[in-house]
Amino acid sequence: MCGTPAQTPTLPAHIDIEKETVIYGVVTKDGDPVPGAYVRLLDSSGEFTAEVVTSATGDYRFFAAPGSWTLSVLHNSGAVRSPVKATGPGLVEVPLALA
Amino acid sequence: MSRSEALVSADWVAENLNTPGVVLVEVDEDTSAYDGGHIAGAVKLDWKTDLQDPVVRDFVSKQQFETLLSARGISNDDTVVLYGGNNNWFAAYAYWYFKLYGHQDVKLLDGGRKKWELEGRELSKDEVSRPSTRYTAKDQDSSIRAFREETIDAIGKKNLVDVRSPDEFSGKLLAPAHLPQEQSQRAGHIPTAINIPWSKTANEDGTFKSNDEIRALYAEEGLDESKQTIAYCRIGERSSHTWFALHELLDYPDVKNYDGSWTEYGSLVGAPIEKDV
Repeated sequence: MCGTPAQTPTLPAHIDIEKETVIYGVVTKDGDPVPGAYVRLLDSSGEFTAEVVTSATGDYRFFAAPGSWTLSVLHNSGAVRSPVKATGPGLVEVPLALA
Repeated sequence: MSRSEALVSADWVAENLNTPGVVLVEVDEDTSAYDGGHIAGAVKLDWKTDLQDPVVRDFVSKQQFETLLSARGISNDDTVVLYGGNNNWFAAYAYWYFKLYGHQDVKLLDGGRKKWELEGRELSKDEVSRPSTRYTAKDQDSSIRAFREETIDAIGKKNLVDVRSPDEFSGKLLAPAHLPQEQSQRAGHIPTAINIPWSKTANEDGTFKSNDEIRALYAEEGLDESKQTIAYCRIGERSSHTWFALHELLDYPDVKNYDGSWTEYGSLVGAPIEKDV
């Protein structure tokens, strides 16, 4: 969308995004945001690294590190898995649509 | 302790919502989860403001624990059923904490809040108040809590189980990835510790795997059943989850939780650390 600023996650004031690798996005179902979905961040071996519950607006956010990760979402309306690659510190947006 | 005494299913909880003598307690890191909806009749405990001393890094005293439980309406002979978010991390921590102060009948809801929600079970926003009691706690049970000196002494002698994620164990991350990574302590793990992430004992819906699966997992990763075990993580909550698996589900006799965990150990001057990255 030309002219509109890129969507960015709401971060606590002290977070330095030149150092933190932030993987974030919105979980949706049929285009609508899904609050209360369980989003897991798995490392390159598939092992659990962290889990958050999406906010009222469907948002999730992780502070990871550069590397290959997988996002896995569970909700009573569906599930989805998605690989993600973070090449360096900064923001990595991954929209997740429940199927 | 055994699995059937320590762990209850969501069905069991649904059937016992109004059973006298059964008290549901939700324990969270973020207690706004409780306020947004909790299992009917459950009281809440905040793992930080209720269970930690506000000044010194330690637990509340025996007297403060008695005051807390009395105010929440919990009696000595009640069956306390704990559940919470974060795959029951903080509920398992509270379980261990209740055992530390000698509460007899404590149980964990298998899968916690997540399993309850994934099954679309009912949550209530009604305010819960229970008549106050006169709770009496016992002195802390030192057989289930490890401190730093004992942990350092255990290097190369006892099973040290680091239950953090592989990336925290190796030193790549300093905290679980839902938290910012800038931390004051050094990264890595205690020498001779084996890395058996808490998550390997649980299914993705938060329920525990079977005892046979958990026993096989620890054997495969090199836990020596004939030795004493100390579990640790970053702040002692995930290692409570593993303490629960080893001590309550598998009934291993000598398992301690080092609640100081990495935020203490990684800040100790001169303490040995191994780092893989």
